[in-house]
Amino acid sequence: MNPNSTAKETYLDAMGVAEKGLAKAPSWLRELRRDGASRFAEIGFPTPRDEAWKYTDVTPIVQTEFKPVAEDVNGIDPARLEGFWFENLPSHRLVFVNGHYSEKLSTPGAWPKGVTVMSLAEALRDKAHRLEPYLGHYVPEKIHGFAALNTALFTDGAYVHLGRGTRLAKPIHLLYVSAGAADPLLSQPRNLVVAEENSQAVLIENYVAVGEASYFTNALTEVVVGPHAVIEHYRLQEESAKAYHIGGLHAHLDRDGRFTAHGIDLGGRLVRNDLRSVLDAEGAECHLNGLYVIGGRQHVDNYTHIDHAKPRGTSREFYKGVLDGRSRAVFHGRVVVRPDAQHTDAQQVNNNLLLSRDAEADTKPQLEIYADDVKCSHGATVGQLDPDALFYLRSRAVDEAAARDLLTYAFARDVLSRLRLEPVRAQLERNLAAKLRVTALHQAKEVFQ
Amino acid sequence: MLSIKNLHVSVDGKPILKGVNLDVKAGEVHAIMGPNGSGKSTLANVLAGREQYEVTAGEVIYQGRNLFELAPEERARQGMFLAFQYPVEIPGVSNIYLLKSALNAIRKSQGHVELDAMDFLALVKDRMKLVEMPEELLYRSVNEGFSGGEKKRNEILQMAVLEPKLAILDETDSGLDIDALQVVARGVNVLRSPEHAIILVTHYQRLLNYIEPDQVHVLVDGRIAKSGDKTLAYELEKQGYGWITQEVAPAIA
Repeated sequence: MNPNSTAKETYLDAMGVAEKGLAKAPSWLRELRRDGASRFAEIGFPTPRDEAWKYTDVTPIVQTEFKPVAEDVNGIDPARLEGFWFENLPSHRLVFVNGHYSEKLSTPGAWPKGVTVMSLAEALRDKAHRLEPYLGHYVPEKIHGFAALNTALFTDGAYVHLGRGTRLAKPIHLLYVSAGAADPLLSQPRNLVVAEENSQAVLIENYVAVGEASYFTNALTEVVVGPHAVIEHYRLQEESAKAYHIGGLHAHLDRDGRFTAHGIDLGGRLVRNDLRSVLDAEGAECHLNGLYVIGGRQHVDNYTHIDHAKPRGTSREFYKGVLDGRSRAVFHGRVVVRPDAQHTDAQQVNNNLLLSRDAEADTKPQLEIYADDVKCSHGATVGQLDPDALFYLRSRAVDEAAARDLLTYAFARDVLSRLRLEPVRAQLERNLAAKLRVTALHQAKEVFQ
Repeated sequence: MLSIKNLHVSVDGKPILKGVNLDVKAGEVHAIMGPNGSGKSTLANVLAGREQYEVTAGEVIYQGRNLFELAPEERARQGMFLAFQYPVEIPGVSNIYLLKSALNAIRKSQGHVELDAMDFLALVKDRMKLVEMPEELLYRSVNEGFSGGEKKRNEILQMAVLEPKLAILDETDSGLDIDALQVVARGVNVLRSPEHAIILVTHYQRLLNYIEPDQVHVLVDGRIAKSGDKTLAYELEKQGYGWITQEVAPAIA
């Protein structure tokens, strides 16, 4: 028997119980849940023997019995969430506590005609037929046990449907709060975003904690980008220092669809993000920006997979990381250009800055190109601060520690400057500056002009 | 202001400076000339505190203090400034932010009040006229994407704003057209006063057409082989470095 069998048995038991509650659910949903359960039974948790998990050992997750939380979700004082909203950013706010939608804490506001946004659990009760063509269709069957676990047991999340030609003026801010308890909790959000032809929206998935408890977030999001649709997605991971976070973001792009995903990882003890984007029609465009700033014993693994399936697709990946203490980061950049995907233009960059001798970064570009008329490039670096730049700053009276912080800040800010929502960018720059003891640099231009 | 005595410096175990003696007083402008590889840039960098250089013998007294006990930032705060031969690009740090940090760090350590944004900007705009630099460059990252001439102008702008007691220009003139060369000369001539000292490290005499040095020194193989007034520079222009090299060769051998 393999060592992860105890936790696995617990989850399988939970699946058995959940199955009984599905009696009234539509048959496709029962089948989806059942498939997830049987796939999880079959493959279990990944181990370092799996090539895609070579550097990330999930033993701590496997050895802890995380408990799913019952429906009571109204126990948080809304004032405790105030700090999580962005200044000067009006948004549609949906709050999920330990994996359940909280009506009391949410202020979704009004939606334009043709736009449906609601709790996924509610959508599955009231309009399941609208979700049937999409839910679960964009997660590869055997990707890994965590995805299967989510499919079998997800609780709630956001359902976003953008009808043809609709545009949301304000972003949707999805706040996933883990509220501590004595027992380690499991929350499994599941989100589905369907953007029909020529629609446009900005989404923020924000993972935060109230309190310092240990918990496990196993989140999964599917994004369907229709022809000419434009989706900008922010994943801001600020989990507690004792949290485990496994996240999946699976995007499917139709003709001339455009998907931008920003992933910012600042929190969490052990974090793994799978980001998969399939450019499944001509002219699709995908931009992935990532930043991880970690220290202590934090571990962050970004596994990206871009699938150029059709001609004239464009993809850009720009990931940067700052590692201090004994932290460890993994970046895996897989790009597949299929035989049919001529005139693909793919670029990938991953730069890591090590601030400590004990930090480690493993970066692995993996290009598989089966078409002959394509433009693909990749570059990966792991290094320290530039000694020439350090000396230059010091020769201008900046002391050594401040010069290091300043250069580190500038390195990381390079990713933040790509965020299009100014209030989000400004807030993250302030957080980063505070973390690195750099003052006012972010507003240099505003102050001096 | 600056007194260099029998300075020996090695880089990667290889001796570069082999006994340099030099005295620079407030109000003076010294030109240090010499062929490639003679140790000119090593001298400039070791004075500013670059780490790769190992001082194996000798001493440098700056304003009464042992220079080598001061970290590079401390030297800057005590009024020393190096205009780099190859100014470094620093993506993500704006030019104006660096200028303000530098100026206020120096003012603070010298017991002056820090300038607020308004006064600071007024000062910078005034000094920008001197170097004929487009204002837009202030808000760009330090030297990033600047042309060679813009980088050198930026060094001179920093010098004009910081008003160092001792400015060392490391081949700031090389690779410049006449217009930019005149900007450099203007920066130096404006700084020139009884309180300030300037060391010009240069390979060519042409900068000295615009700045009249008090003394000219020729560095050959890690030693000052000859010192004189500005006429020495004209002689070098006419005859090259060959005659000095030959003159000192027997002494070295």
